[in-house]
Amino acid sequence: MDDNTIICRCEDVTWGEIREQLDKGYTTMDEIKRITRAGMGPCQGKTCQRILLHAIARYLNKKVEEIPLSTFRPPTKPIPLGILAGGQDD
Amino acid sequence: MIDRADIVIIGGGIQGCSIGYNLAKKGQKNIVILEKETVASGASGRCGAGFRQQFGTEMNCILARESVKIFEQLSDELEYDIELNQRGYLILAYTEKEVEQFQKNVQLEHSLGIPARLITPCEAREIVPVLDTKDVLAATYCPTDGNVNPLLTTFAYAEAAQRMGVKLYQFTEVQKIETNKHNIEAVVTNKGRILTDTVINSAGGYAREIGELAGVEIPVYAQRHQIMVTEPIDPLWVPMLMSFSRNFYFQQLPHGSILGGYGDPENEIIGHNTGSSWQFAVTMAKKMTALIPVLTNVRIVRQWSGSYTMSPDSQPILGEHPQLKGFYMSVGFSGHGFMLAPITGIMLAEYILEGDTPLPIEKLHITRFERGELILEPSVV
Ligand SMILES: Cc1cc2nc3c(=O)[nH]c(=O)nc-3n(C[C@H](O)[C@H](O)[C@H](O)COP(=O)(O)OP(=O)(O)OC[C@H]3O[C@@H](n4cnc5c(N)ncnc54)[C@H](O)[C@@H]3O)c2cc1C
Repeated sequence: MDDNTIICRCEDVTWGEIREQLDKGYTTMDEIKRITRAGMGPCQGKTCQRILLHAIARYLNKKVEEIPLSTFRPPTKPIPLGILAGGQDD
Repeated sequence: MIDRADIVIIGGGIQGCSIGYNLAKKGQKNIVILEKETVASGASGRCGAGFRQQFGTEMNCILARESVKIFEQLSDELEYDIELNQRGYLILAYTEKEVEQFQKNVQLEHSLGIPARLITPCEAREIVPVLDTKDVLAATYCPTDGNVNPLLTTFAYAEAAQRMGVKLYQFTEVQKIETNKHNIEAVVTNKGRILTDTVINSAGGYAREIGELAGVEIPVYAQRHQIMVTEPIDPLWVPMLMSFSRNFYFQQLPHGSILGGYGDPENEIIGHNTGSSWQFAVTMAKKMTALIPVLTNVRIVRQWSGSYTMSPDSQPILGEHPQLKGFYMSVGFSGHGFMLAPITGIMLAEYILEGDTPLPIEKLHITRFERGELILEPSVV
């Protein structure tokens, strides 16, 4: 993996951009996501979360299990506003 | 961890980071910021970071205006692109009472040099052609209002503060504040004890609890507020859309996604709940599609929530606690604490180091509640 490798396709975030933040000392998934937007696009990290997790673990020389996952935020699938608006009130 | 500090700041949100930065900039040494999670993990990283100068009280207009001046050059000052944009705020009036209030607001804003104006629904549609102005009686528009990236702005302050020597300890929770009569002696955390006589409470939603640790009462509480964001779409309109009576704010960010929320004080959970409700997404979708009908096919990708720290008059509490020397507060921002942080950070730094500030800090003192001098701001969500 080099600096130009794209980690998050939705938001077009490269490994270089992520590594720069790791170098600065931002080492949690949440921080990296918040700064670089990796995992914030339409797929909500479905594709890149695992890749990112492994990359951070490798950078920190830690096991994948030692890296806290980022906060899960609903909905799981993007829903059109019109469908939501036409929906029931609860 | 160090065992002695001149000033201990509790909370690594926008308030704590702005105060730390401004204290250091004025030459103060030996400052520590303690954050129980990570920087911007509280309300600061969860908010919309919109800023507006359209308020109904002179004090808020002045503070907001001064904050905007700072925002305008903050990327340069902090050497970090905070993604500032000034796309304006369009605030819609739906009742006669609101129109009257907006007339007064605009007059006040003009007298203070804020370029807001009262406009007709027709003019509103010129600014936002996709807007459905049904029931809209008038609107106010201020082109220099805008927003910043809340996460990057908080990190920018935190990094600049650290470059000037401020120490930041993350994953460090304040658990005890030791006092001796009316003085502070030490702050105890899960990582150790720090001797100090000066503490700044900028713990956001946890401000009341931090007061309790020090044995003083602070009349604020945390209230959940929800927000949601859509997938990015092509540019559709420019300014923030907002209404007090219809209760919403939403805008298309430069990035393309649409971000918005509304306040629901009657139904919102009090306490530190940060979950999201289906009801919120449905109601917000209704509000958005009623105003901008072409949004029907745009998909929401994420919703979340954070805490507003509510004070009795929905205005911040700034200054020293009368019962505890050296215990300063920057709390109770009631939903508009991001936009005020650049200026309140300076005000508190001046107040602590120089004993006074040219800005109206006395009005925000905690004793205003006893004195019965509440700030009656008509224009808040
Ligand atoms: C959905 C939503 C939308 C909003 N939109 C806007 C907007 O458009 N414009 C605007 O100006 N404002 C907005 N706000 C309000 C704004 O987010 C807040 O006023 C502002 O972020 C408050 O900053 P803070 O630093 O005081 O609090 P926070 O950012 O909450 O920081 C407090 C920090 O203290 C830490 N802490 C707490 N207890 C302890 C402890 N015991 N030890 C150590 N650390 C501790 C927390 O972890 C937290 O990081 C919004 C808020 C929400 C929830």
